Amino acid sequence: MPKWTMVQAINNALAIELERNPDVLVFGEDVGQNGGVFRVTDGLQERFGEARVFDTPLAESAIVGTALGMAIYGLRPVAEIQFAPFTYPCFNQIATQVTRMRYRSCGVYTAPLVIRAPCGGGVRPPEMHSDSVEALFMHVQGIKVVMPSTPYDAKGLLHAAIDDPDPVLFLEHMKLYRSFRQDVPEDRYTLPLGQAHVVKPGREVTVIAYAAMVNVALAAAQQVEQASGASVEVIDLRSIAPLDEETIATSVGKTGRAVVVHEAPRTGGVAAEIIAVINDQCLYSLLKPVERVTGPDTPFPMPKLEDTFIPTPERVARAIYRVLEP
Amino acid sequence: MPDNPIYQILTPAGDVIGDVPDLADETLVGLYRWMVMARIFSDRMVALQRQGRMGTFAPLNGQEATCVAMAAPLEEKDWLLGSYRESFPYIVKGVPLLSQMKHWGGHLPVDYPYEARCIPFQIVLATQVLHAVGIAMAIKYKKEKQVVMVGCGDGATSEGDFNEALNFAGVFKPPVIFLVQNNGWAISVPRKIQTAVEYIAQRGAGFGVPSRIVDGNDVLAVYQAVTEAADRAKAGEGATLIEAITYRLGAHTTADDPTKYQPPAELDAWRQRDPITRYRKFLMDRTLLTDAQDEQLHDDVNAEFQAALDLYEALPPPNPAHQFDYTYAELPPQLQRQREEFLELGSWR
Repeated sequence: MPKWTMVQAINNALAIELERNPDVLVFGEDVGQNGGVFRVTDGLQERFGEARVFDTPLAESAIVGTALGMAIYGLRPVAEIQFAPFTYPCFNQIATQVTRMRYRSCGVYTAPLVIRAPCGGGVRPPEMHSDSVEALFMHVQGIKVVMPSTPYDAKGLLHAAIDDPDPVLFLEHMKLYRSFRQDVPEDRYTLPLGQAHVVKPGREVTVIAYAAMVNVALAAAQQVEQASGASVEVIDLRSIAPLDEETIATSVGKTGRAVVVHEAPRTGGVAAEIIAVINDQCLYSLLKPVERVTGPDTPFPMPKLEDTFIPTPERVARAIYRVLEP
Repeated sequence: MPDNPIYQILTPAGDVIGDVPDLADETLVGLYRWMVMARIFSDRMVALQRQGRMGTFAPLNGQEATCVAMAAPLEEKDWLLGSYRESFPYIVKGVPLLSQMKHWGGHLPVDYPYEARCIPFQIVLATQVLHAVGIAMAIKYKKEKQVVMVGCGDGATSEGDFNEALNFAGVFKPPVIFLVQNNGWAISVPRKIQTAVEYIAQRGAGFGVPSRIVDGNDVLAVYQAVTEAADRAKAGEGATLIEAITYRLGAHTTADDPTKYQPPAELDAWRQRDPITRYRKFLMDRTLLTDAQDEQLHDDVNAEFQAALDLYEALPPPNPAHQFDYTYAELPPQLQRQREEFLELGSWR
């Protein structure tokens, strides 16, 4: 089995989809000859031709709006938005059009499309490349939001996203693109959307994270377990929408303690919704108030302040200790 | 721009000054019937709204020629997308009157038949122009002989999506026709505040999209311009931008009062250019229509509208479950719970 980075795993998934379904098209800014600014689509245009893998003019609303038209017609477009915050210019097309086509037409016309976008902080780009957008789209009804944390997950989730009859926003964390390799099967496989993954079982406290924060949570769990012997469970959400409430409630119902971690700002973030779910479904199992470890409610900082913005294993460990206090 | 760049076949007085398209007599009369239906549809929908029997409606009075001729030349396999002012073109393309009543009445499901290939009109201006380009790109990719017609108003041409759509159409050359119904007003904002260029059609040049200007109150001119654009598109020659110059004789919607901003003299002048009067004279000159036939045709169209209205008003209230059923193909567990809870309690707790 090959050991692949997340970039290689996603490239492989796109190649498999282009190979097996002539209705799959891949397009966006710089995805053709250049293979994408992160090389995620490297070699695909050469292999599948300019009709299947192509560059577009630099206009995000048009990339998404035309993708919707193609999906209505019956194609399976996979559009790339170059960086997740560049979804702001196409927020209108996503929130008022892509996500509502099924509802507006009562199922006569649908939008089976995937919007891929690199996301997240930690790679020191200029301003406006690292904003977290997942909470905005979690609040928009009619779209699924997926954020893988490993190469293996990225491939399986991307195949499932392209299969899905509804639109999927597929956010690929830039920090994870090349940070580690993993055994990834060369054949096609899917991982279910809307289903979280218990990455590390434990008994006394639940840490809920996604994307690049999963490894931060695992590092914190390891620190705490080695130092105190407490048993920590770590959940990788994999999908932000729909949220896997059952896995969260089952875990927190068992441990009675929870810490939610994301690098996005705190107010109105994904953690707030997770805490509401815990409140609804396992309040009487709670032994301590749920802790949040997040970015502050400020714009994502310029590169030299990134490290103080993004949660670290130490911050997560401190939060775990706080909820472990008797 | 030539001295008179506005393509016309019939003068406002109904005299022939251009080549009449080679259409069968019943097609020529059929265009008239659609125009009469457009007027009756608009007048009656406004009246129904006033009586509390219909939702907010956007009248199309004065725009009947364009509303009919942007759809009539299309084949069943072609696509038509529009905004709320293109509600009637949808009917010409094959969406039942009843579906349009349901849509304007706020009823679910709206029941647009897939075969009509009309995407339910929506409110966010110019967004549909991009969907049309995307459908046309798909047609080109699949090497099918279909064309996509997309309508919007003069106000929508100021939106980014309109301009991005023309740019994509210039680059990818898909089979799409952009038809701007320039009716002079975007609610209360006059055309001259939307753009500094004299004609919206001039925008095409900047995107490499051929364009033309037609008298939007001349049904034959619009019909011919659309036919030629569709032929170009199906021959693989790409997009065309058509500006149809017309005028909104009614309010923006039933929620609007145009006496607040519309100069009465301008309104009167455009009433003299009524598209239906003009075309009726043409048909009578050609002995294709008599007064008696015209009266019969009006009676038939009124009866057709009434029959659809009777069906609409006999509909049971929409099922609240529909609110949930069309959000996703398969409801996620939390939405499934919300649906069950709602149906159990008959309301939200």
